[in-house]
Amino acid sequence: MSIEIKNLSYTYNNPGSENGSRFVLKNISATIKKDEITAIIGPTGSGKSTLVQHLNLLLHASEGDILYDGRSIYGDDFDRKTLRASVGLVFQYPEYQLFENDIFTDVCFGPKNLGLEKDEVESRAKKALLAVGFSDSDFSRSPFELSGGQRRRAAIAGVLAMQPEYLVLDEPAAGLDPKGRRELFQMLRRLHDENGVGIVLVSHSMDDVADFAGKILVLNDGRVIFDDTPERIFSHGEELRTVGLDVPQAARLAEILREYGFDLPQGLITMDRLRTAITDCFNRGDK
Amino acid sequence: MFRDITLGQYYPGQSIIHRLDPRTKLLWTLVYIVSLFVADNKYAYGASVLALAAVIILSSVPFTHMLKGLKAVLVILIISVLFNLFLTDGRVLVSFWIFKITLEGIRRAVFMAVRLVCLILGASLMTYTTTPNQLTDGIERGLGFLKLIRVPVHEIAMMMSIALRFIPILTEELDKIIKAQTARGADLESGNFIKRAKAMTPILIPLFVSAFRRAGDLAQAMEARCYHGGRGRTRMNPLSMAGRDYAAIIIMFAYLGGIIVLSVLL
Ligand SMILES: Nc1ncnc2c1ncn2[C@@H]1O[C@H](COP(=O)(O)OP(=O)(O)OP(=O)(O)O)[C@@H](O)[C@H]1O
Ligand SMILES: [Mg+2]
Repeated sequence: MSIEIKNLSYTYNNPGSENGSRFVLKNISATIKKDEITAIIGPTGSGKSTLVQHLNLLLHASEGDILYDGRSIYGDDFDRKTLRASVGLVFQYPEYQLFENDIFTDVCFGPKNLGLEKDEVESRAKKALLAVGFSDSDFSRSPFELSGGQRRRAAIAGVLAMQPEYLVLDEPAAGLDPKGRRELFQMLRRLHDENGVGIVLVSHSMDDVADFAGKILVLNDGRVIFDDTPERIFSHGEELRTVGLDVPQAARLAEILREYGFDLPQGLITMDRLRTAITDCFNRGDK
Repeated sequence: MFRDITLGQYYPGQSIIHRLDPRTKLLWTLVYIVSLFVADNKYAYGASVLALAAVIILSSVPFTHMLKGLKAVLVILIISVLFNLFLTDGRVLVSFWIFKITLEGIRRAVFMAVRLVCLILGASLMTYTTTPNQLTDGIERGLGFLKLIRVPVHEIAMMMSIALRFIPILTEELDKIIKAQTARGADLESGNFIKRAKAMTPILIPLFVSAFRRAGDLAQAMEARCYHGGRGRTRMNPLSMAGRDYAAIIIMFAYLGGIIVLSVLL
């Protein structure tokens, strides 16, 4: 179960247009596995949002191919409706998409488009709204009277209700408060662990992805510069900094402590691991 | 997909035509259009084509770029040429079935085509060489005399520039909303007219909501900067007529006179 991206290139310009074809994505190859949380990081304008829009055919690659479970999504026999149902995409600032009088009806929009029975639609909507932390009494509230963060959660529920195989989220945590972030990541973790939903997450927060992802794709200027586990990627602090990224705070702190003579192992990219490592240090009593 | 819409199709440049005062260009365009309707023989038409060609060369907007503007009216152009060609009475040259082509028909069709092409090219030359903001400034100052009869000229011009400024923002937003709803399985392409119109609701409501929100934000930002309409307001870059503008206006009168003389005398 995987999505394979093969030598994908993309330009927003039509071929032959005046300013030539400036490729926003250049020869991208990567594999997204369902049983592993994938994070995509990269500086602003590196093509993250453009890349994820390819995964459910909102954009069509200029060159290259994408295989969904081994079959090309550009093939004539591939139904784009099924693909959009199996790869749910939550946009950057998804709160735009709300349009109904109450959030329950709004969340019903996705499953209804899949042509499901009314009962099924409503039970999915209900489940999705509960999963993102709304309670029954919120269902009839208007999306326009919610706060930004609540609207964000309602919008995520709108995609969740389609019960996709993969859930792709473009910076879902931007603008949420720490509690909202934590809850969002817990919910995504649950979806992944319990319901087996494949998760792809675009993020600007190194701390979030270090904590959360099993694999990270690093994009810079439309190319994949790293495709590896968080531990190994965040050992390339220098390279990350030159493209405008950084290592997680824990890793930075570990570096500083090492300069002061602490004997810490590599790969301390989350605060939890750092804490254990420091405790070990003290227990060993070597400083 | 909606990014291709261009309005206020400014073609950046530094030519003398670009640097003319927008009022001069507006007046010239108006006079040019009038002259096209005054002209009624080949000499007068020849003169207006030459004048246009000269201005296009001066403006250094590539001619291929100018032709793009014609694409939009190609259908109208063809229809009006065909109507004139086949439906004009006169000396019959060729006739087949119910159609007949007359000498007068050919004459009128050619004149009509020249007139339409010059009209479109002339008007688009103005928008190619004038930024939307300059254009609204020009309209505001040029129509300033209407303030005497209580027409809120400044407010109308302000609304025009805001509307123009918002077009690219809203098209971008529209693009985003369409994508977001497509990702939720919205089907915008299939079905009959009523079904497609209904499918627009999930697009239009968020678009309106965001347009109203932006309008509200903008109004607040303007008030925070003490904007209160046109009264007593000065400008950072006031329009001023330069020598070249007066020269252009003198040439304009000469041109108009020439066309009238050519049309009446010949
Ligand atoms: N609709 C569009 N038309 C033309 N160019 C675009 C369009 N959308 C994005 N681009 C360009 O493509 C490049 C990549 O944009 P993209 O939105 O994928 O970046 P991103 O990595 O998501 O950035 P951010 O972190 O700011 O969200 C940018 O250079 C941008 O200017
Ligand atoms: Mg983005």
